[in-house]
Amino acid sequence: MSKFKKKKDGGLPAISTASLPDIVFMLLFFFMVATVMRDNTLMVTNTLPAADQIKKLDKKDRVIYVYAGKPSARYADKYGDQPRIQLNDKFAVVGDVGAYILSERASKREELQNVLTTALKVDGETNMGLISDIKQELRKVNALKINYTTRIGDYTQNN
Amino acid sequence: MARKSPEVNAGSMADIAFLLLIFFLVTTTIETDSGINRKLPPMEELIDPPIIKERNIFTVVVNKNNDILVEEKPMQLRDVRQAAVDFLDNGGGIGEEACDYCKGSKDPSSSDNPDKAIISLKNDRETDYKVYISVQNELVAAYNQLRDREFLELYPQQRMSYVEADKMYSDPRTSIKVKASLKPKLDVLKKMYPQKLSEAEPSKTNN
Repeated sequence: MSKFKKKKDGGLPAISTASLPDIVFMLLFFFMVATVMRDNTLMVTNTLPAADQIKKLDKKDRVIYVYAGKPSARYADKYGDQPRIQLNDKFAVVGDVGAYILSERASKREELQNVLTTALKVDGETNMGLISDIKQELRKVNALKINYTTRIGDYTQNN
Repeated sequence: MARKSPEVNAGSMADIAFLLLIFFLVTTTIETDSGINRKLPPMEELIDPPIIKERNIFTVVVNKNNDILVEEKPMQLRDVRQAAVDFLDNGGGIGEEACDYCKGSKDPSSSDNPDKAIISLKNDRETDYKVYISVQNELVAAYNQLRDREFLELYPQQRMSYVEADKMYSDPRTSIKVKASLKPKLDVLKKMYPQKLSEAEPSKTNN
């Protein structure tokens, strides 16, 4: 009967967790280096259309973002369901775009002020009328370089 | 000899590190944005706009029902790219305006050469943005297709297409030496097929 008796001594030793902090620190440093803080919260729905003939928009310090789309669900009862423009953390009207671009441009370093790009992050369901109005405002303040920000994909995904 | 100080308990270090790790995990956004670059025309109107022949303009209209009209005929989105390629690469000009690298049908009723050819994209105020972007994408694709073809023909030793070369050129990790060698080649292609894509102001809904 004593054949099946459990051995009391010499069981598996506990796995040492002494190196766990090292591993976690390694991960921590990776994310600290790779992180970019989300600088504004979206208040509009923002399903970007898909495109595949695209160029990367690196160097975030040279980009001014303009968002547009329908107000997201928690703002819908206050702001309605018509597409609106969002600048920084506020809803805006078309007339505000010019002043916003100028103030953003003034806040950048002088050598960057001529190479700024305006990234239009617009929801796919928006009417072109709003975008044309934004484009007219951009032309007025001479911000001519624009980028229609898209997600990567085939045009067939846009239906 | 200094008195021996008691050892600091490092047992909670993992907890602190985990806390920080989770914070950065939540706030991180790694992906960079990408999209279609465009240049808007300056505000001031030209005093006497140059006269452009009708055959050198390729009109693409997206109306309020999101239908695409190419040269006043309805067309499916999937055919737009090829139609634009045929137009740009037509090379119907003669004499000074001839295009020796074009491989198109040399139709006298279509564009003279790629330098003269202009694509005019018009939209209605009620056009959907995603349809507009799809059309823009296809038109840019037409230019890229032609540039790719000529790039491979002119610089086969590069072993890459125009688009790849352009991507490499704009990548900040590429060395200055490589960039300097790529720039003249890209400029040649940009001169052969200049991207003349005009975005007209939208028409009103009621006409």
